[in-house]
Amino acid sequence: MFSFVVRRTLLNVPLLILISMVIFIILSNAPGGALTPYLQNPHITQADIERLKHNLGLDQPLPIQYVHWLGKVLGGDLGYSTSNSETVTQAIFERLPATLELMGSAFVFSLAIGVTFGILSALRPYSWLDYVVTTFAFFGQSMPVFWFALMLQLAFAVYGIPLPEGYKIQLPSASMCSTDACGFGDRVEHLILPTVVLSLLFIATWSRFMRSSMLEVINTDYMRTATAKGLSKAVVVLKHGLKNALIPLVTIVALGLPGLVAGAVVTETIFAWPGMGRLFINALTQFDFALLMGYLMLVSFLVVLFNLLADIAYAWLDPRVKYS
Amino acid sequence: MQTTLPTTVGIPAEEDRYELRKHVTWHRFRRHKLAFAGGIVFALTILVAICANWIAPWDPNFIDQAHWSGYPLAPGVAGHILGTDENGRDLLSRLIFGARISLTVAIFAVTMEIVLGTVLGAIAGYYGGLIDFTIMRITDVVLSIPLLPLLLVLTAIVAETSNKAALNFASIVLIIGFVSWPPVARIVRAVFLSLREREYAEAAKALGNNDSRIIFRHLLPNAMAPIIVQATLEVANVIILESTLSFLGFGIQPPTASWGNMLANAQANMAIAPWAAIFPGLCILITVLAINYLGDGLRDALDPNMK
Repeated sequence: MFSFVVRRTLLNVPLLILISMVIFIILSNAPGGALTPYLQNPHITQADIERLKHNLGLDQPLPIQYVHWLGKVLGGDLGYSTSNSETVTQAIFERLPATLELMGSAFVFSLAIGVTFGILSALRPYSWLDYVVTTFAFFGQSMPVFWFALMLQLAFAVYGIPLPEGYKIQLPSASMCSTDACGFGDRVEHLILPTVVLSLLFIATWSRFMRSSMLEVINTDYMRTATAKGLSKAVVVLKHGLKNALIPLVTIVALGLPGLVAGAVVTETIFAWPGMGRLFINALTQFDFALLMGYLMLVSFLVVLFNLLADIAYAWLDPRVKYS
Repeated sequence: MQTTLPTTVGIPAEEDRYELRKHVTWHRFRRHKLAFAGGIVFALTILVAICANWIAPWDPNFIDQAHWSGYPLAPGVAGHILGTDENGRDLLSRLIFGARISLTVAIFAVTMEIVLGTVLGAIAGYYGGLIDFTIMRITDVVLSIPLLPLLLVLTAIVAETSNKAALNFASIVLIIGFVSWPPVARIVRAVFLSLREREYAEAAKALGNNDSRIIFRHLLPNAMAPIIVQATLEVANVIILESTLSFLGFGIQPPTASWGNMLANAQANMAIAPWAAIFPGLCILITVLAINYLGDGLRDALDPNMK
């Protein structure tokens, strides 16, 4: 097991280097490259540009620039963000908690609802409940995230759909809290809509997957044996069935990460959520080279990491997988 | 196809069997009612897009200055069935022309990605070895960078290179097509890995066919089912991608109407013109839903064993 983990981990190192090269080459292909923000500034003269170019090492060939960049990154320096006037590391770490809060809550929410829907649907296939869940899943997969967000805002902010007494959902452009104190209740109220928006796609995909995975398990011999032993239905389904049906879901959940990142970009933009997604969109409009590079590398790293974790988790959970 | 006299006895002739298989596929597809309905809705959307010039009641970029006074006109006012947008342009006409843009972007981009993905996947699966390794590492790299941020960076670079107007139909198609082929390549490769071991592949080789003939004439037709299904579902994906890019301002640029960029200003005007926010998204949802059902039905009909 240990050597399996080490080997899989090491395999991802060249992958990450390749990814960084591709991103570096793409970004350097922008006409001004890292100098774009300066070129757009009318107060900066041609002489300044030449000096900056030399100081930043941009007059050197691309491979050398890349090696410089890589060396600095390995030392923990992602460069200077021109759109935020601080280092990229600072800019990212300031926004990371907000993004993690949003992505984390959406992840937990989607997983809980998706798995529940999937099980309910699989227990009574072709019942009305199954049709409702399947139809919901199709709608969820076909829904443009940004429009869903707009419609929720329309429903709650413009038309003011009444909520049960005591409940409150905070509305668009309200950021993460309404007051500086930023109490727990306040934060939760602000989190509800963005979480629902970001979760929709994942509830849809994961419930569909869970349904088919659970249906496969339900027809196995060991489930019949468990029932024949006289175990209650709940024990059979949850202890014997669910445990096995969840294994393939691990991979699907890990593969969902790029979608979660993309969804967060859109959701954060619409809800004025002060996270990395919005930071990225801002960096994009001003072509902040270092920040774009840092953001893309970070999210790609997370994707690679999650794929690796899924591989390891799968091997660990499913004893039939051989560590070869 | 030429019609031949049916052979009277014994095993059905090759063409009869082909007819039979087609019949079974069609029958299975018809049974999936939602998929059938999805196909009809999709066909209607395409028809609307083709006939946009004739059925749109107004010019999509015409500003109705006679009635518009700075506020969007409500549905039904002054002959604007669905009202106008914040600039006084007829919403229904923009939706109809938007269908044209959104669908053509999707169809061209998907064609490009299917061709790229199929060729690369087929080559990887057929030859194996170092070629396979190289192509698959490229797919790994592209798939590891989240798609939407990658597309946004590429479109931003095009916008940066000249100006935002350079982000036209062609560049959006090329960018989406160029980045989204890896899943297709993976699917086709997997199919080819098993197909190349079949007897008829060996027979074709033994008869002295060259590799490209074996790949495209003998193996590819047998890999078509998953490719068709994937292509259908990708049309739905690309419609959503393009509309997201356009919504964020990095896709089709105004004044050209696309379903996505029609929503770009909708949030700010939602309180006074909810219709401008509702209808474009509804068009995306209905079209994408129809295509997803169609794809699901095609999968059941063409390849029941597929997941």
